[in-house]
Amino acid sequence: MGDFLEIAGEKINNRLFIGTGKFSSYLIMKQALTEAKAQVATVALRRVDAGSKTENIMDYIPPECQVMINTSGARDADEAVRIARLAKAAGSGNWIKIEVIRDNKYLLPDNIETLRAVEVLVKEGFTVFPYMSPDLSIARRMVDAGARAIMPLGSPIGSNRGIKTRELIEILVSEIKVPIIVDAGLGKPSEACECMELGCAAVLVNTAIAVSQDPVSMAKAFSQAVCAGRLAYLSGIPLAGKFADASSPLTGFLREDKK
Amino acid sequence: MSFYDTYSRYKDLELEEVFHSISPVSIFNSLKGNNLSVEQFFGLLSPQAENNLESMAQRAHALTRNYFGNTMQLYAPMYLSNYCDNTCLYCGFNLNNNIRRRRLTLEEAEKEARFVSSSGLKHILILTGESRVSSPVSYIQDCVTILRKYFTSISIEVYPLAENEYAQLVAQGVDGLTIYQEVYNEQVYAKMHISGPKQDYRFRLDAPERGAKAKMRSISIGALLGLGDWRREAFLLGLHAKYLQDNFPDVEIGISVPRIQPQVGGFKPISPVSDRNVVQIILALRIFLPRLGITISTRENPEFRENLIALGITRMSAGSVTNVGGYALYREENDQFSQFKIQDQRTIDEIKTVLEKRGYQPVFKDWLYL
Repeated sequence: MGDFLEIAGEKINNRLFIGTGKFSSYLIMKQALTEAKAQVATVALRRVDAGSKTENIMDYIPPECQVMINTSGARDADEAVRIARLAKAAGSGNWIKIEVIRDNKYLLPDNIETLRAVEVLVKEGFTVFPYMSPDLSIARRMVDAGARAIMPLGSPIGSNRGIKTRELIEILVSEIKVPIIVDAGLGKPSEACECMELGCAAVLVNTAIAVSQDPVSMAKAFSQAVCAGRLAYLSGIPLAGKFADASSPLTGFLREDKK
Repeated sequence: MSFYDTYSRYKDLELEEVFHSISPVSIFNSLKGNNLSVEQFFGLLSPQAENNLESMAQRAHALTRNYFGNTMQLYAPMYLSNYCDNTCLYCGFNLNNNIRRRRLTLEEAEKEARFVSSSGLKHILILTGESRVSSPVSYIQDCVTILRKYFTSISIEVYPLAENEYAQLVAQGVDGLTIYQEVYNEQVYAKMHISGPKQDYRFRLDAPERGAKAKMRSISIGALLGLGDWRREAFLLGLHAKYLQDNFPDVEIGISVPRIQPQVGGFKPISPVSDRNVVQIILALRIFLPRLGITISTRENPEFRENLIALGITRMSAGSVTNVGGYALYREENDQFSQFKIQDQRTIDEIKTVLEKRGYQPVFKDWLYL
């Protein structure tokens, strides 16, 4: 397939990234990742339990999946940086989704602390993906600091409200040169499709898959929707209009001039 | 700034009058919208709302699933000491109760830790009786240093501390604070706490705020059901949780609504609270504060605990004992010298199986020491 997303030398065909929280079991999570043929999965380091006496989430990530560790739980840049370093030390790779949240009510990210963490972690050699509230100026600064992609939220985490930030994300897609990956808030495959039609490079979905009645089928449904949206984007979506094309155009008389 | 200002505003609320103004339509509307008002929250605790328990349950279930997923955080309590300077009428550790008093040595604490952690649990809640002399902050700190080798998240449930003392423990590796007001009604509080430092209502009420300022990551508050009028107590508990969420947005706020259980002193609930009442409280709190952590301990019986899972619970204790050294050292003292009687005596493995059967992932680890 000619169309793929390339990040830090990795070629990613499947533009549906899947978050691994909230599943009713690791086994179902694994099946969802496998069935959707996911190539990127985010994992919260807080949940990783290497010498576990029960189960370790990492044992359930299919080998073909690139792991992106997230810094869930970080309240400021310093904590995010510490989590990233611990992840690296534990051998969890160096793809880091920076998530800095100081608001437990809406779980909205703190863009300023996130930017600070990007600056530090890029210098330390991490491949950095900041999760952020869609804001062009901050996104530009993050890119300048070396972020490999920008991950704006569609709506608050777990809200399943869809791409409420559409206008702002469209601006990011048109202005930011690194991939835009919509993260959080997507509740249905059609919303993931909508993101892809707008030209986003990928989407990250967790809650809508994990808490559905059948997470495995839902993961597949999202995967197909993402494919469809991407294909539509590449095919050039005609502008939508409210009215039919006039059969007697006002400038029809100009045709005569061409002769 | 103190929650006491909010408490003062609502403490004399005429319940009957307010309940009178609640219509079925207003309850129905509360179940559809987001960001409930304080009045709507109160409506969900009203006698009228008892007719809507099923729709409240559906709403609470959906909210919990979206925000917390199909997962359940597990933890175990560990009692370090039962020396106490207070005479709380409802508590087994009451100074006047004739029980064997113990304080674990650091070696003993390590044995207990090893035992609990062998189950795979990484979250521990350490408790002491309320005695600054017998279990000073320095002792708690020493225990935390040892426990850090075994657990990735350590919470404390001890006597209320000053902000700098909380900060000291946070620096040592404590990330969670549990402190229950027991009863919000100040008059009842005074009657229950006849002597000792716990008589200081305000110092206890403001403890969660001091903990939040000291950078605790999670704070759990609670009302001991059975002391004051439950509707009023649950209402004030919800307001307290909201106050903390509003003022300390970077702290995860949780609540618990333990009911009084039999203990050595033989104290009986003044104002009994039925299963139905507990359910109504949990549902109302979940709908009012969708991101609130809600804990259910082994004080409740197995069947009731299982039925509550789907209604909004996010954290459960498992395999608990409530006497000092009860896991590995003095198991035989469980019945005689515990703080209260445990209803759910199942092991962590058994709880794990139950959760899995019900479609919930038991979470053994959800934090790491930074």
